[in-house]
Amino acid sequence: MNATDRLAKAGLADTPDEAAAETPFAESERPGRESWLGLLLPVSLLLLWEVTARAGWLTQLFFPAPSVVVQTLIRLMASGELPRHLGISLQRIGQGFLLGAIPGLVLGLTMGWIRPVRLLLDPLISAFFTVPRLALFPLLMMIFGVGEASKIVIIAIGVFFPTLINSVAGVRAIHEVHFEVARSYGARPWSIFTRVVLPGSLPLIFAGLRLSLGLALLLVIGIEFISARTGLGAFLWFAWETFKTEHVYVGMLVAALLGAGIAAVLRLAEHWLLPWSEGLFHR
Amino acid sequence: MQVACHEISLAYRVRGKRLEALSDVSFRVAEHEFVCVLGPSGCGKTTLLKILAGLLQPQRGRVDFVGRPGNNPLTAMVFQDHGLFPWMTVLQNVTFGLEMRGVGRDEREGRAFPLLERAGLSRFTRNYPHELSIGMKQRAGLLRAFVTDPEVLLMDEPFASLDAQTKLVLQDELLRMLGDVPRPVVYVTHDIDEAILLGDRIIVLTARPGRVQGEFRVTFPRPRTLAVMHTPAFADLKGLIWRQLEEAVRSVARQ
Ligand SMILES: Nc1ncnc2c1ncn2[C@@H]1O[C@H](COP(=O)(O)OP(=O)(O)OP(=O)(O)O)[C@@H](O)[C@H]1O
Ligand SMILES: [Mg+2]
Repeated sequence: MNATDRLAKAGLADTPDEAAAETPFAESERPGRESWLGLLLPVSLLLLWEVTARAGWLTQLFFPAPSVVVQTLIRLMASGELPRHLGISLQRIGQGFLLGAIPGLVLGLTMGWIRPVRLLLDPLISAFFTVPRLALFPLLMMIFGVGEASKIVIIAIGVFFPTLINSVAGVRAIHEVHFEVARSYGARPWSIFTRVVLPGSLPLIFAGLRLSLGLALLLVIGIEFISARTGLGAFLWFAWETFKTEHVYVGMLVAALLGAGIAAVLRLAEHWLLPWSEGLFHR
Repeated sequence: MQVACHEISLAYRVRGKRLEALSDVSFRVAEHEFVCVLGPSGCGKTTLLKILAGLLQPQRGRVDFVGRPGNNPLTAMVFQDHGLFPWMTVLQNVTFGLEMRGVGRDEREGRAFPLLERAGLSRFTRNYPHELSIGMKQRAGLLRAFVTDPEVLLMDEPFASLDAQTKLVLQDELLRMLGDVPRPVVYVTHDIDEAILLGDRIIVLTARPGRVQGEFRVTFPRPRTLAVMHTPAFADLKGLIWRQLEEAVRSVARQ
């Protein structure tokens, strides 16, 4: 018996099947095949809504027909009114996100990696973390004025904490043996950072970014309710003040799509950056 | 170069209490010698290897690498449960040690590919560890150490998590790969058969805190094959070693 035979006998031969063996879905739960089941209920509800609204059984004031909402959406997009609000909200989210996530990431990785830094900063951060972010807004407006700065800062603060906390957790979740392997081959601190600390913590960092962006969306709409003339929140608030129900629905729809869009972009980025993380969670 | 451990002791601190892992462990590994360290679970075998790898400092005693100026040889350790980085491909994992030693990419891959080929991993170089079988991961872990051509090779139960047949295949491969043991090797295991099959000498440790309880010389000529396992001499040696190990294993089981 030659070596290959023996390997085959031990179930170790490198047949192509082996790489493909671990497909993420068993045959019967392949996505797409039965996913129309999940669509059945929402679509029928929408149809029911449309029919009852047109028949006049629902009061148009609170429940305009879905088709009317879609027409309004198209009109507001075409006129450029909605894109303007959306653009401004996105800009606030983007700026606040960068301003909060980058320091959160850097500080979080440092705290996760270097124990004394963690022990030094942990109590302060835990204490701050308990303050509901929106409760800071009046103070921020006093300090930064009612303009853009206070809005971006509150988003940044909102994003900072989940990013930081998940980065710390991400580093701490790395198994000790990986640090030992690196050290045993004489890795310098910079190599340990780039080859172990950063890649090893990325799965939880991504979880933190997902939380952060969700929070950023929530915060931006909240503060635009309170103190803005532009942005998705302001659009929604104005719609309520003028009792334009279709606009309220359009605003909600756009906000929901925005949230879903952000989540989709993150999933793509994660898939692209972390091809290995699928093995961690066995989706 | 020889490895000489002089009365090594190490205690961990666990929630404020001292936990003695090793106590006065002394032994030598000669230039071309393959030494197996045998002991019950938790007796400090991994701890001992980490000390030899320079990952832990003993609180008492010292390790000398006799004939090595600077006393800091290039060691390579194969970790229990392979310790592959899940975020690196097989190729990146296997060449990690070379990369840390500043070897350029072309040379790294030039050295890794023949080994990957021999280990049957050449078609999986771009796969991630979770896409491999346990046996393949274990081999990648071995290659990561072998490819650096270390001055001292340390292996921590590399085959412990494998099924019996796979284990035999890999032991056989290891025997052929090592050929004539060009360097000091310390191989930790709790499997008597494996220790006799692979080792030139076997050091038996007591239950925690590990101390050297006895030493056995294995005189089967090299190159060896799995066939030695069926000789009477093998069975005799196994009986001798088991009598010494039995008490330690039972005391661990009683805990
Ligand atoms: N980092 C650590 N901190 C505290 N205690 C430890 C640490 N590592 C090991 N120990 C303890 O030291 C003792 C020896 O551990 P070690 O891992 O060296 O044993 P081992 O002989 O390799 O065991 P096994 O055969 O199960 O791998 C054990 O009781 C273990 O609980
Ligand atoms: Mg061990």
